[in-house]
Amino acid sequence: MTRRVFAIHGGVHPPENKSQSLTTPIVSAGIPELLVLPMAQTVGAPAKANVQVGDRVLKGQMIAEASGFISAPIHAPSSGIIAALDDQLVAHSSGITAPCITIKTDGKDEWIKHEGVADFRSCDKQALIQLIRDAGIAGLGGAGFPTAVKLSPSADKRITTLIINGTECEPYITSDHSIMRERAADIVRGSEILAYLLQSEQILIGVEDNKPDAIAALRTAAEGTSIEVVEFHTKYPSGGEKQLIEILTGKQVPSGGLPADIGIVCQNVGTAYAVTRAIDHGEPLISRITTVTGKAVAQPRNMEVLLGTSMRFLLEQCGWQPAEMSRLVMGGPMMGFTMPSADVPVVKTTNCILAPTEQEFPTPQFAQACIRCGLCAEACPASLLPQQLYWFARAKEYEKLEDHHLADCIECGACSYVCPSNIPLVQYYRASKAEIRQRDLEHIKSEQARERFEAREARLEKLEQEKLAKRKARKEAAKKPATASSAQDPKQAEIQAAVARAKAKKADTANGEDPVQAAIARAQAKRAQANAEPEDKLATLQKALATADKRLGNTREKLEQAKSEGSDKVTLLEGSLGKLEAKRQQAQQALEDYQQKEHG
Amino acid sequence: MSHMLDWAAQYPFFAAVIVLVMLCALFGALLGFASIKFAVEGNPLVDQINAVLPQTQCGQCGYPGCKPYAEAITNGDAINKCPPGGEAGIQALADLLDVEAIPLDAEHGEENVTTVAYIREAECIGCTKCIQACPVDAILGAAKMMHTVIASECTGCDLCVEPCPVDCIDMLAEATNVQSWSWQLPASTPTSHLIATDRGRGQAA
Amino acid sequence: MVQQSSPITSPHLSVKQDTGAVMRLVLLATLPGVATLTWFFGWGTVINIVWASLVALGAEALVLKLRKRPIGFYLRDCSALVTAFLLAISIPPYAPWWLVIVGVGVSIIIAKQLYGGMGFNPFNPAMVGYVVLLISFPVEMTSWAAPADSVADQPALLGPLQALYANFPWLSSQPVDAFTMATPLDVFKQNNTQMISEFWGSEPQFGSFGGYAWEWVNLAFLLGGLFLLYKRVFTWHAPLTMLLALAFMAALFYDGGSAASKGSPLFHLFTGAAMFGAFFIVTDPVSSAVSNRGRLIYGAGIGVLIFLIRSYGNYPDAVAFAVLLMNFAAPLIDYYTQPRTYGHGNARK
Repeated sequence: MTRRVFAIHGGVHPPENKSQSLTTPIVSAGIPELLVLPMAQTVGAPAKANVQVGDRVLKGQMIAEASGFISAPIHAPSSGIIAALDDQLVAHSSGITAPCITIKTDGKDEWIKHEGVADFRSCDKQALIQLIRDAGIAGLGGAGFPTAVKLSPSADKRITTLIINGTECEPYITSDHSIMRERAADIVRGSEILAYLLQSEQILIGVEDNKPDAIAALRTAAEGTSIEVVEFHTKYPSGGEKQLIEILTGKQVPSGGLPADIGIVCQNVGTAYAVTRAIDHGEPLISRITTVTGKAVAQPRNMEVLLGTSMRFLLEQCGWQPAEMSRLVMGGPMMGFTMPSADVPVVKTTNCILAPTEQEFPTPQFAQACIRCGLCAEACPASLLPQQLYWFARAKEYEKLEDHHLADCIECGACSYVCPSNIPLVQYYRASKAEIRQRDLEHIKSEQARERFEAREARLEKLEQEKLAKRKARKEAAKKPATASSAQDPKQAEIQAAVARAKAKKADTANGEDPVQAAIARAQAKRAQANAEPEDKLATLQKALATADKRLGNTREKLEQAKSEGSDKVTLLEGSLGKLEAKRQQAQQALEDYQQKEHG
Repeated sequence: MSHMLDWAAQYPFFAAVIVLVMLCALFGALLGFASIKFAVEGNPLVDQINAVLPQTQCGQCGYPGCKPYAEAITNGDAINKCPPGGEAGIQALADLLDVEAIPLDAEHGEENVTTVAYIREAECIGCTKCIQACPVDAILGAAKMMHTVIASECTGCDLCVEPCPVDCIDMLAEATNVQSWSWQLPASTPTSHLIATDRGRGQAA
Repeated sequence: MVQQSSPITSPHLSVKQDTGAVMRLVLLATLPGVATLTWFFGWGTVINIVWASLVALGAEALVLKLRKRPIGFYLRDCSALVTAFLLAISIPPYAPWWLVIVGVGVSIIIAKQLYGGMGFNPFNPAMVGYVVLLISFPVEMTSWAAPADSVADQPALLGPLQALYANFPWLSSQPVDAFTMATPLDVFKQNNTQMISEFWGSEPQFGSFGGYAWEWVNLAFLLGGLFLLYKRVFTWHAPLTMLLALAFMAALFYDGGSAASKGSPLFHLFTGAAMFGAFFIVTDPVSSAVSNRGRLIYGAGIGVLIFLIRSYGNYPDAVAFAVLLMNFAAPLIDYYTQPRTYGHGNARK
């Protein structure tokens, strides 16, 4: 194999720590009692549940549908009863809860009826892509982009090269490594299916040279196919999509563009395996290979895990010592996310559960001053200037950040890794990116508001004009008959004049009150009042009571009126009357409490 | 050519006058050309300022909308009267107009979290008062029909709250969820205690 | 309000090297040079280093206290010590005690802390201190000690205690005066008439290829520099181009040894502060260019400037001036050497 590989800029060589979890073959993690499936597991819109609490579901049954083009459905990983549809803690650093489906498994693991496609080459491509979409397959390398979307590039883009990513450059993680050495045939098969769908003539599987057994297994499996297994030097982050593309083809994905723009599609080896399961066997994505490792587990290993399994369930099978653990990380040490708790479920993107000890991953020290050593710029695989970005992020100079291509940062962490001053550079970039995104959204929203405001102004203006014109017309109309036809029918003229007067009066009152102006005036009046009165608690409480009283009075009057008129508002008004009474009581109570406290 | 030079040497005064007149004509023509070629429609500064303002149309600045306030700023009004824009907005205006950023004028309100109006629909009596008050037409409804707010269009100006006769409109801050959560910038000084002291000093100064 | 604490962010691993460790390595790497200086010029340099370190730590602590920053946290990065070492090595071994105070004070308080402390100073603090001293106290700053055994009737080198008395005359009732003489670069500068080969033989300041004693001092600093290079404390770019540019300029103007000659490349590389500058001053990351490409230019600029100032300027040695001038240029160099970001067709601006 003498294919030329290209060098990428930067990169680092952190200690690999991969062998620990490779001593045993992949083991099944079994079926836990509860499976918790977050609705948002992939990039794109969260799925929509199509089951109810109490429903019995079978293994492989779709329990949530995709809700848009970039979205993936979710399937029951095992048979059981839907126990809850509510918010639960998910695998996210924030510790915020998110909508989930909880399945209470029955242990029968009863499959829904499913069957694969006999010969994919005789099938319609769109139908196959739909099968992949319905199987809920998303990039299993970590990003979790729905696979079917990547398989449907716009018509003007011809995909010449399919790259299967078996790099797995992150330290500790070996899920791709283990699947490559144990299930190479299915990966090769999946690669062929993907290449068929994309009509690409070149298929490259890229693997770092620290996985000789995986390379050998893939090469054996790929014999007789057009698939080429390419080996290259180990360096982090060679497995980044953009980096791998450059290593294998020498081309760079244009900034802000997609690999499809240069005729390339990149898929993870785990994804290729999942595609084989979906097309050949009709199995949706309900499980994945996850590495459980770190020094706080006694037996690090790779496990085949049902999605929705709690991390605690897995850790406990591997000899977990929670007291030793400094933090729980989903993913690798370079890009992984700290988990809020071990009671979060495994999702489609959980390639690794890392339980390190304090000695392994020490608590970060406080950052020292940047000494402009430039090591970060040397390590950056995107050829950015991390140090300049750091200064701009600190100064919140968002335009400068955009000028310096913050958007091209892949958050690989190589810069923070080499920083001698322990500056959490990636956090600066993440926060700044979020702020820039927020500002862009706000700007779009404000533009929209401006347009709506202007449209409304134009509409009001037009109405005003029309009213004026009508009034004028009426006045003229009123004059004419008064002079011309008064002799004929004085009574009729009188009536007409009265109607015109009434109309004019009505129009006048309508015109006199511009709601915007009035509302603003009121808002100002309110503010002025609030400003004039100091934050005197007593006064505020008294005022609240007075307002409640007034509101109550008004509503009572209205109610009386409505009753006397027999209006249909009666019930509504009665309802609000009840509420207002309650409010008034509250206000009075608060006032009394306060007075008591003051005097007592 | 040499004739002209001789003449110029002989009558330097006239030569100077002629040259000056020619220069005047030339630059005048250039300026005239430029004013046509590079003419701008409308008042670009007002539009630029308006683009920076948050477009909540809340009227807290004392003007009936963002555009009128933008016009007022070009006419010399202060740039610190917009609470929804907050400090960031003032900074952006200061950058645009190349003036000093000044703190927000408390008289016009405080910078708050952006909120969205919600109508407690069961209580709505269908009076349409809020619809008339909404500066961006973000409330749907008709007389004696229940009203509702199009949340994505609401600017959080709270102009609809006051006119409501049954007090059924709430201004709610949007809760952070997994999608909208984001990383915060790391603290930039070693201890939180220090941040507090620095802040204190800054205010005293 | 105190910022809401975020969860620990990735990466969870980092190289086991912090800024303090880097600084301590630099301190360690000066030892061969310091030892050689002591061997040839007596204990003055050591006294200077100890005294300057005390002053620097004191000044740094004082400013940190005034700025209400945690003193221990910032002193632990050892950057004040590095500045003190570099300045103490640069000034004459028997400089009076107050000269050190002034120099270190200017370095730490004005050149470093007034700009915002570690990492924010646009100029190399030690060189700012040195230049201020050189301009303000030219006599004290050019009275360099005579190297041992350079002249036959020279008194013995000062021992530690005598050196202490030489630097702090008020400590003893019988102050000691160090024996001083012109440095090789001084002599070279003043020569207008003799062929190089002629006065090379006649003056005691010259050694086998550089200045007498100075060639060994330079070799010792070269050794320390190579150690730091091996330890990856800095990259080879700036020191190499500085030395190459200096040698190249010298070769360009070297006519084989006439009276107007500016000295051979070897002489320029192994005299004065050439090696010390190349490995300990030019490599200061804070005030130099950031990218490797930028550092090539930065180093070369310093090399050229050293030669020009040595040959045509008013001062005999030029490392400090050259470094400060290129400090000015560093942001410009950075601006024009920005790398091309991945996925962008053309270089930025």
